[in-house]
Amino acid sequence: MHLRRVIKEGVINFWRNGWVSLAAILVMVLSLFMIGSLMFSNVLLTSALSRIEDQVDIGVYFKKEATEDEILNAQAALLQLAQVKSASYISEDEALEKFRTRHATNALITQSLEELGENPLQASLNIKAKDPSQYEVIARFLDASAYSALIDKINYFQNQVVIERLSGFLGASRAAGFGITIVFSLIAMLVVFNTIRLAIYTSRDEISVKRLVGATRRHVRTPFLVEGAMYGIISAIITMIIFYPLTLWIGPAGARFFGGPNLFNYYLSNFFEIFFILLAVGVVLGVISSSIATRRYLKI
Amino acid sequence: MIYFDKVSKIYSPTSTALEDVSFSVEPKEFVSIVGHSGAGKTTLLKMLLAEDKPSSGKVFFESVNVHEASRDELPRIRRRIGSIFQDFRLLPNKTAYENVAFAMEAADASDEDIENDVPQALELVGLMDKALHFPHELSGGEKQRVAIARAIVNRPDVVLADEPTGNLDPLNTREIVELLKKINKLGTTVMLATHNHDVVNGLERRVITLDKGKVVRDDKKGRYII
Repeated sequence: MHLRRVIKEGVINFWRNGWVSLAAILVMVLSLFMIGSLMFSNVLLTSALSRIEDQVDIGVYFKKEATEDEILNAQAALLQLAQVKSASYISEDEALEKFRTRHATNALITQSLEELGENPLQASLNIKAKDPSQYEVIARFLDASAYSALIDKINYFQNQVVIERLSGFLGASRAAGFGITIVFSLIAMLVVFNTIRLAIYTSRDEISVKRLVGATRRHVRTPFLVEGAMYGIISAIITMIIFYPLTLWIGPAGARFFGGPNLFNYYLSNFFEIFFILLAVGVVLGVISSSIATRRYLKI
Repeated sequence: MIYFDKVSKIYSPTSTALEDVSFSVEPKEFVSIVGHSGAGKTTLLKMLLAEDKPSSGKVFFESVNVHEASRDELPRIRRRIGSIFQDFRLLPNKTAYENVAFAMEAADASDEDIENDVPQALELVGLMDKALHFPHELSGGEKQRVAIARAIVNRPDVVLADEPTGNLDPLNTREIVELLKKINKLGTTVMLATHNHDVVNGLERRVITLDKGKVVRDDKKGRYII
């Protein structure tokens, strides 16, 4: 089999079957566009979710009699835990300072503090977990540890329901995003597969004639695989071109709404990565569809 | 060189295409296979090309049973058999030249041989001036001549012609038959399936007569009698 000849034949057939090729490319562009859109929306979703996650924390408030050293020991012990991302220490004075700045315009509060004379606020540790579902483990650890005697309250137990719900929501959102991506990609692939099958159905007589003239199966099939690969390559290029104005247009609004990255910047900085993924999906899909679709007509 | 050994083809209990057909064809013979429509002529040729499997019996091309030929062997056998069909079966998106060249490409011929042999074959059928026409730009007779060029370009040992004149007027019919005679004279075995009385009677060569799937006559210098 002469490879050059077979590739040339695939390219020529691609041009001469203009309408069929156009239809296959249209459908494949739609599918790749959908897969690309899912990739972009996952970027937004992930950044929005991690932003929400970042805002979840628990505060551990220490009794007045706890010394700074004891609290720092507790901090060190917490940082040893695998689940803990950060544990920042806020001393009584810092807490008061923050409280004052936050309520600087409220004359009543400022005045009350003056009258009180002493600092009513407690020192605390502000803990962030690596995953929101792990706050319970951390709270239990503190409750059972030697430091529990020093601890006045852990606000996890006040916020437990909210944190658990949020953690559940975040997990579900991720799973849903992943599931939707898989389902829609599968649908896109099925549509492409059927379109290519139809395209090859129109060539079934051609396939049988070639076989009867004495062409080997490989010789008959390869031009169709070349055509399938061309559908993928051209569709990936068209899809990338479509995403340029689209992300430029949607980018700023998306960034504002989700508080995430600007999609246009994401498109530019990950251009080759995205293109490569679409190209790979397109080419593999085109070649596999063509291969399966030609098989049944090759039996002669 | 070709041997049918008790070949039967039964599509369904009420439809028997071939029944216990046995005969052999020697090299350089010109054999006409005649019979009414539905007598089994096309099925018989399909059996030799392994386009369809017999229900029972064996079909030999030289020493190989074509229905037991391996995946690699079958294409090689088919390249030694040139086929011509009633409906021409040209590839619609290829020019006349490419249609002929394709048969050589399938046989892995070199570019040099293709550039040399394809014009020769087109010349032989008198279509060199239409080499770059697509099938839909050719008349029925011209299409069949392209198909003949395709069938002979690999210098096959046998040419199978299944009702090659079925869609043609008398003038074109005569030209096609003359071409087949010329091919046979150059040393190629020809098997011609037809129900055209004039063609068969004009040939004065061996005639195998099929009726309802059975061989009812096999005459050395036969006529179409049924």
